[in-house]
Amino acid sequence: MRELVVLSGKGGTGKTSLTAAFASLAKNSVLCDADVDASDLHLLMAPEIKQRTDFKGGGIAVINPDQCTGCGLCMEVCRFDAVKEGFKVDEIECEGCGVCVDFCPEEAIDFPIKTCGEWYISETRFGPMVHARLGIAEENSGKLVVLVRQEAKKLAESKNIDLIITDGPPGIGCPVIASLGGATALIIVAEPTVSGLHDMERVAQLAANFKVPGMVCVNKADLNPEQAETIEKLAEKKNLSILGRIPFDPVFTESMIQGKNIIEYKNDSKISQVVREIWDRIMTSPAMNK
Amino acid sequence: MIISVASGKGGTGKTTVATNLALSLESGVQLLDCDVEEPNCHLFLNPVIEETETVFTPVPEIDADKCTFCRKCVDICRFKVIAILGETILTFPELCHSCGGCMAICPEDAITETGRQLGVVEKGRLNNIDFVHGRLRVGEAMSPPLIKKVRSFARSDKINIIDAPPGTSCPVIAAMKDTDFVLMVTEPTPFGLHDLRLAVEAVRILGIPHGLVINRSDIGDSRVQAYAGRENLPILMEIPFDRRIAEAYSKGRSIVEEMPEWKEKFLKLYSQVEKLVE
Repeated sequence: MRELVVLSGKGGTGKTSLTAAFASLAKNSVLCDADVDASDLHLLMAPEIKQRTDFKGGGIAVINPDQCTGCGLCMEVCRFDAVKEGFKVDEIECEGCGVCVDFCPEEAIDFPIKTCGEWYISETRFGPMVHARLGIAEENSGKLVVLVRQEAKKLAESKNIDLIITDGPPGIGCPVIASLGGATALIIVAEPTVSGLHDMERVAQLAANFKVPGMVCVNKADLNPEQAETIEKLAEKKNLSILGRIPFDPVFTESMIQGKNIIEYKNDSKISQVVREIWDRIMTSPAMNK
Repeated sequence: MIISVASGKGGTGKTTVATNLALSLESGVQLLDCDVEEPNCHLFLNPVIEETETVFTPVPEIDADKCTFCRKCVDICRFKVIAILGETILTFPELCHSCGGCMAICPEDAITETGRQLGVVEKGRLNNIDFVHGRLRVGEAMSPPLIKKVRSFARSDKINIIDAPPGTSCPVIAAMKDTDFVLMVTEPTPFGLHDLRLAVEAVRILGIPHGLVINRSDIGDSRVQAYAGRENLPILMEIPFDRRIAEAYSKGRSIVEEMPEWKEKFLKLYSQVEKLVE
């Protein structure tokens, strides 16, 4: 079982558009959307949801006013300023640590497990897909990412599929860390801008900490060929293999509007040819063929 | 006045709007980059950094000589930071949320706190623009405490512009909560619209007045504009796709540097925000 995770550091570099194109080229893979916070892959995949499950995150403190004597101990022990005037818990501030629950002398605080999202097993025209939606303003995104990746693995095993393609979240924090552990290889989609370079360096460093082999492709490369070269040089220095350059092309947006990936939308275009070459390099890379 | 710049989707132009707004206002303004996972504002502002502070979050340190293995700390911790194996007590500080429960519950006073490094906060300035950003340590999972630290530099006598991280979960909430206005930056594509809807839901939960900036407004389709109309979201600015802007951005140059005529548009954007806040 191999899992390819697509990351970028910076948002909006083209992770999801490329993941969708890879799904088209892979023929037989399980798709996994690990960007549970602002997921977009389903917009290109039109998944037909087969199974829908609640995602239970952590607990949250709820003070029962009938039992509360107003002693104030919960306010004292809470380090997140979540207990507000009138002994009401601010759900957004509550970290789910439960310290108030354990300290309340009246046992007046409940700690129900909160449903903070949903995850799905779906069918798409490119095969099965596991995806999720974290509720607005919720925590535990890392936990949900771990869950969708595990479910994708289970699904791949049960269907005898050897490849998982995972669309990752932006950044380098909790959900990205949760996307990385145990991945076979990582594709970093960089853009040739000062911020693209800066952010790619940080995500590459994170990948190195996790010892996941990485490959880099530069999207919208012709916007600044010099910067594209700087990114490739940095990639080389960091032992990341270079997959190629994709030129800036409005056809990506056009295909997105049609709900299609670039390969489906314009299979014979130059852009599709470049993406196919990148895909071949990924699949023949040493990292994917250990 | 605190204005946060947010988006849902990444790469829509938050940093572009935040930095150009700050550069146009010129003085009495402070730019707080709260996208601590991938801070980018400094690349466009090039501030002189004057102060660097390392930020820590408290995590437990257990004195094994005092510990009686009563397990009270293990039981209170919801994040599985502490484990007891026979007569050995182990901690996994990277999982700790710094709630202090273990220290408060320990009957032997065997637990004290040490720090786990979250990252750094850097303070500087460019001419009359004050600048603060956070840089999350690579490998650190928890960004909200560092975001809150950057937020703590907001000053009531200044216009504070906050560049928020993408998404709709806890890091964005930490960046937007209790700000006076949210400028939502989007692009008129299906991805842009989808993530904008989520971001609008988040802002509505927080009850903050908000308005829209549509970046690369002439690519894609008109569904974002239609959505804005239906939802009564004021469109405060549209920035058309211009290869000059994209190329300038790639080199770390701002729009107002490249095309000074934009300064007036960003000032107008600010005065619209001011009116909406009143």
